[in-house]
Amino acid sequence: MDVLFLSRLQFAAATMFHFIFVPLTLGLSVLVAIMETRWVQTGDETYKRMAKFWGKLFLINFALGVVTGITLEFQFGTNWSRYSAYVGDIFGSLLAIEATAAFFLESTFIGVWVFGWERLSPKMHAVSIWLVAGASNLSAIWILLANGWMQNPVGFEIRGGRAELTDFLAVVTNPFGWQQFIHTVSGSFVVAGFFVTGISAWHLLRGSNTDFFGRSFRIGVKAALAASLIVAIQGHFHGNEVAQVQPAKLAAMESHWETQANAPMHLLVIPDEANEGNAVQMFEIPSMLSILAYNSASAEVKGLKDWPEEERPPVAITFWSFRIMVGLGVLFILMAGAAWIYRDRAQQAPGLLLRTLVWFIPLPYLALQAGWVVAEVGRQPWIVYGIMKTKDAVSPIAVSQVGTSLVALVLLYLLLGALDIFLLAKYARKGPQ
Amino acid sequence: MLETIWFMLWGVLWAVYFTLDGFDLGLGTIMPFITRNEVERRTVYNAAGPFWDGNEVWLLTAGGVTFAAFPGTYAVMFSSLYSALFLLLFAIILRGVSFEFRSKVDSAAWRSLWDKLHFLGSFLPALLLGVAFANIFQGIPFDQAGVYHGTLFTLLNPYGLAGGVLFTLLFVHHGAIWLAIKSSGELSERARSLAIKIWPALVIVAVLFLVWTAFATQLYANYLKSPLLFVVPLAAVAGLVLVRPAVGANRMWRAFAYSALLIVGVTFFGVIGLFPALLPSSLNPGWSMTIMNSASSPLTLKIMLTVALIFVPIVIAYQAWVYKTFSHKITQADLDYEEAY
Repeated sequence: MDVLFLSRLQFAAATMFHFIFVPLTLGLSVLVAIMETRWVQTGDETYKRMAKFWGKLFLINFALGVVTGITLEFQFGTNWSRYSAYVGDIFGSLLAIEATAAFFLESTFIGVWVFGWERLSPKMHAVSIWLVAGASNLSAIWILLANGWMQNPVGFEIRGGRAELTDFLAVVTNPFGWQQFIHTVSGSFVVAGFFVTGISAWHLLRGSNTDFFGRSFRIGVKAALAASLIVAIQGHFHGNEVAQVQPAKLAAMESHWETQANAPMHLLVIPDEANEGNAVQMFEIPSMLSILAYNSASAEVKGLKDWPEEERPPVAITFWSFRIMVGLGVLFILMAGAAWIYRDRAQQAPGLLLRTLVWFIPLPYLALQAGWVVAEVGRQPWIVYGIMKTKDAVSPIAVSQVGTSLVALVLLYLLLGALDIFLLAKYARKGPQ
Repeated sequence: MLETIWFMLWGVLWAVYFTLDGFDLGLGTIMPFITRNEVERRTVYNAAGPFWDGNEVWLLTAGGVTFAAFPGTYAVMFSSLYSALFLLLFAIILRGVSFEFRSKVDSAAWRSLWDKLHFLGSFLPALLLGVAFANIFQGIPFDQAGVYHGTLFTLLNPYGLAGGVLFTLLFVHHGAIWLAIKSSGELSERARSLAIKIWPALVIVAVLFLVWTAFATQLYANYLKSPLLFVVPLAAVAGLVLVRPAVGANRMWRAFAYSALLIVGVTFFGVIGLFPALLPSSLNPGWSMTIMNSASSPLTLKIMLTVALIFVPIVIAYQAWVYKTFSHKITQADLDYEEAY
């Protein structure tokens, strides 16, 4: 129970909680914009009702996304002041650009969208939701370039006891950051797609507003399927990037202990961290790990034993999160594919499929959280990979302060989260006006 | 040079933030006292409706710029003000959520709960921001390593509290004027009347604070060195003096402009007085965080300046457009509007 441990818990809690709301904001903003655009183009009132109904759910979710984001900006300074002073030259600027270029646009035009249905022309009003959608996805670029820099620090030099920017272009074109961006945004569309599809399925099961929810189902399914495929395929290339610049993380993701070329993958693995091996290692696919990581069977994949113990990430957490994420990722493609078959006749979809789609809604959320656990826990013990250790980054503050803020934050978030889910369920069930 | 430019921009961001979020924090603070029924309460929420989220981003940008331009100061400031910042954060979170959640359940008990949280979420930030800034002007006890040697209660010293009261009164006054603009009938009159009633208190506290600042801080040193700078606090005083007749004559947009001048003047009075320090150390002035010892590299400052010079004018332009688009008085039609708060 020291400041470091509690601060890590608090940052994890705050970030994971924020990230419950962000993916739906990123994905659903675009889907709502598409619905409203269809209305503007065709004059079909159903599309307007769709934009308002799904928009209402969007707003309930958006409110928590915004406020929980403020916590994160504060927290770099409050709990990680040594980190902030050390990398602020680079990291701080990316956050400031995020605020100036994206947050302003998003937060200003959401007000316009909410209050402007009757004050603006239909075209201008549709523009405002596209600005919100564009701005929130734009903000994702900047924060992921910031995180990308933590994972793969580029364009800097250590001068005067801190990291100083030497090449801004390198920082904003950091391939790691862009891979994370594409992966996160497509993951967000999986969340939004299954959210829309699942709620639509619930109504279709009851035969309520079948035209309305049939159209919504079709939009949701298209998003879910396209996004599930993209996130999986691009995920492979993202994995290549990780293997290239963070070999220790890759080793932890796969619980791979012994350095070897033609490294196999095992379908069933149970890590045994204490004994630097795997308790269970079954169903071997020869050379598969080398192929997946480096696109070459003869490539050498470093094992965890190559690094001293204190430089390895926590293996079990990283490994299991990765497997959960990938397993779910495969399931998403299958589920979206099954729903795709019924995209034009959702009312006739089998009851079992529709019921499953309703229960399916939380799973993309789980996958995205698991992915972030891989990204962040897998980066340990580094806060900036290879440059600064997490234990050297924490603020010189009292344990009691962090203990109090952690408890208060968790309680507040649990309460607000419960209310948010309650309201989402209430208005999802109510259906359109 | 770059550091000085960024210091001034930092001041501008805080000034704009206080001028904009000041009125909606003020609205939330006065709501329990100035409204008599549900229609009036909803009018208050909707008076802030299209604006509050965009206003709040100026706070995030001010914080973000502190991080980007002066990361050394950001680190010491935020870790030293830990408890106050978390309180501020929780209040802001509750306020933001209250806008969205309040009308979502048709129950008087639900609405009443969110009204209370909305009040807390508006009053506490006003108070805490004032306390924080007064303490920044005064200096806080941190050492050479940037370690804070105090608690939350260290900040609640008399000068700090005076700053809290000043900001609260400034925002209450500002919010009352905005409400008079956006509402009509009895509510508008009550709001205007509140602005008139609170003005003497505001004058007393403002003058008290200006005088106290001479004893509690080193702020006047810069002004005595370059007396031309006195135009800044004088502008604040001008705003304070001119607002009262404007409110009296029911020229409320003009009154809002003078109130804005007052807030901007107070902010810059403090910021210019601080220069070149950003966060003085009350333990030893030699340990203070200044623009020279906490700034980012020249490359970063240059790039950020380019970004700021491009985007901040664009932001001001589209936010001004939003204010123009929604400048009308709130009517029953606005409250019956499907998406209204």
